[in-house]
Amino acid sequence: MYRYDQYDHLIVRERIAQYRDQVRRRLADELTEEEFLPLRLQNGLYMQRHAYMLRIAVPYGLLSTAQMRTFAHIARKYDRGYGHFTTRQNIQFNWIELEQTPDILADLAAVEMHAIQTSGNCIRNITTDEFAGVAADEVIDPRPYAEILRQWSTFHPEFIALPRKFKIAINGAVEDRAAIAIHDIGLTVVHNAAGEVGFKFMVGGGMGRTPILGSVINDFVPWQHVLTYTEAVMRVYNQFGRRDNKYKARIKILVKAVGVEEFARLVDEEFADLKDGPETLTREELDRVARYFNPKPYLALPAIDPRAQHADDKAFANWLLRNVKPHKVPGYASVVLSLKKTGVPPGDATAEQMDFVADLADKYSFGELRVTHEQNLVLADVEQAKLFEVWQQAKARGLATPNIGLLTDIIACPGGDFCSLANAKSIPIAAAIAERFDNLDFQHDIGDIELNISGCINACGHHHVGHIGILGVDKDGSEWYQVSIGGAQGNASAIGKIIGPSFSSLQMPEVVGRLLEVYVKNRVDGERFIDTAQRLGVAPFKEYVYATPIKAGQLVGEDEYA
Amino acid sequence: MPNFQLQAHAQIIKGRDVVADDWSVLRLDAESGATPESIEVPEGKIIVPLAVWLAQRATLAQRAAIGVWLPSDALATAIKDDLAQFAVVAVDFPRFSDGRGYSIAYNLRKRLGYTSELRAIGDVLRDNLFSMQRCGFDAFAPRQDRSIHEALKGLTAFSNPYQASVDEPQPLFRRAARGGQPEHNDIGAGI
Repeated sequence: MYRYDQYDHLIVRERIAQYRDQVRRRLADELTEEEFLPLRLQNGLYMQRHAYMLRIAVPYGLLSTAQMRTFAHIARKYDRGYGHFTTRQNIQFNWIELEQTPDILADLAAVEMHAIQTSGNCIRNITTDEFAGVAADEVIDPRPYAEILRQWSTFHPEFIALPRKFKIAINGAVEDRAAIAIHDIGLTVVHNAAGEVGFKFMVGGGMGRTPILGSVINDFVPWQHVLTYTEAVMRVYNQFGRRDNKYKARIKILVKAVGVEEFARLVDEEFADLKDGPETLTREELDRVARYFNPKPYLALPAIDPRAQHADDKAFANWLLRNVKPHKVPGYASVVLSLKKTGVPPGDATAEQMDFVADLADKYSFGELRVTHEQNLVLADVEQAKLFEVWQQAKARGLATPNIGLLTDIIACPGGDFCSLANAKSIPIAAAIAERFDNLDFQHDIGDIELNISGCINACGHHHVGHIGILGVDKDGSEWYQVSIGGAQGNASAIGKIIGPSFSSLQMPEVVGRLLEVYVKNRVDGERFIDTAQRLGVAPFKEYVYATPIKAGQLVGEDEYA
Repeated sequence: MPNFQLQAHAQIIKGRDVVADDWSVLRLDAESGATPESIEVPEGKIIVPLAVWLAQRATLAQRAAIGVWLPSDALATAIKDDLAQFAVVAVDFPRFSDGRGYSIAYNLRKRLGYTSELRAIGDVLRDNLFSMQRCGFDAFAPRQDRSIHEALKGLTAFSNPYQASVDEPQPLFRRAARGGQPEHNDIGAGI
């Protein structure tokens, strides 16, 4: 993975000094809270319901074990013993003291990490495929470009006070696992007819109040021009994006307002002047960065069937089926460690689990880990012959729930339990649904399904692109949930359609149950839930869900004791 | 009652120094019904709003010294044919969080070749000076409720940024040999 050189180190050190002084000035009242707000946000520090939350950047979701152990250390020393992995492949800590944040940053800098631009109206952490570099269907490894864009966007002097936040995702595989269509810029690394590398350049995707899928404005931007072309897009947006209404300030609204063709024309006009300028990427710089992502020193191993030795172990078979993914090198596989055990908030990991997965990665996966945008962790390079021992160890720590891609692999934001923006809680809904459908045979029968929950319209839980999407809404001061179906991420991205009036939290497990019944009754020939939902449309689901009164279920988790 | 305000800064930052300043920024008083055509621009070193410049260009151009300021929703190209007329061009930052002024500055310097004083006015605070300087501002009128000497420190926050911009036309990957390790592993400690 990428390692800091002396310049990266210096920038991060200077940043800590700058931020430490900003905190000092705030505490001395030399800065008002209003003035401090954009400064702390650009350092990932939010004021939540109970305390400050610090979001730390995990560039494109790739982590060393030393970095993971530092998270465990932060969880123990500065937080309450756990952290939350996010849908943007970052981690956040929920119980942070302002006074301690500069020291946390110093601890992070020691392992080449920071919290720069993890929030605020600037270019955020650049995300990509969690299987980048190892996926069997990968065409080009997107990580060198993600790192180059990371450096370019870090403290970009012109684009630090954009109309709104700005998110870039890159995919380099046949199947899009980076959800590029819901990003402000979504890049696909491709070859053109001549075999040269470049980017299919998509802009204007996003969720929030107005979910829109991105539009392609250029089919092929040669790799040398990725920074200058991005700069052109950013300058058009910085000048012309709306600033009068924060709900209309994302680039998607600008693209929609002027039209895709006109937007592309504005970008081309801007680019004409930048093309071949100094920010044009050199082969030397690309090679320098790409070297850090060279393939691991894999052994020459035969591809084996890992089930062979354990044919009668159904639990292991389930885990192989759901949590183990194909690798481009024979004899290896990628393992997804589930952070979705029933009873645990989606994406949460304890300090002990963090230390443990670091040990696993050191022993079995070249000392590296990935964070997925579905809020799980990945050991990317495990020998197939060692899968059984990895499974046994992960299982003992509650990290081997065989539910990847299944009903209980729920994406959820922290919601109203933590977030001050939320209209409603997310975690108790996820918990109630997970509890009701905890039966693995049932889950395996339902098969691939994505259930996403957001506590408010900001859509951190990606509800718009969930096969089943749940959105927390506020009605007369109480919490309600709006349900949509038919959303999807990836190559066949789609925005879900709302099925009807919203539900109380206690009705939600039954609502999901009824949606699944409609699916089971109507599915044909191995159709997934999403296929059936898109084939039939909302009507039959709506009809069945609302046909009879929906009984309220039981409270679970903390709310049980409220 | 005058239908405008004149805002003067006794001191501003120019380059990396605090210096005395004798310019005044004229802001129209919207409530008074003043129009760019009708207001009488006082004598002296005045930085007028873009709208006043456009409305009274012929007379204002006769003055010994005149400046203009661009609101954040203006484009640099609005004054592209007049740049030689100005002793100072200012760009207004109505709020710290309104970043359009950075692109205006970039375009004035890089696209239009403006070389005289480019001044940041409005909600100008220590923590945005570094970016402003990178985008081509060489003069800063920081908010007067804060120490200008403290603000000066904002100009030296970083010593070697990644990107090319107006102050540094080459990106880091073209101006330095990347990939070296720090001489000491505590590089920058204690900064």
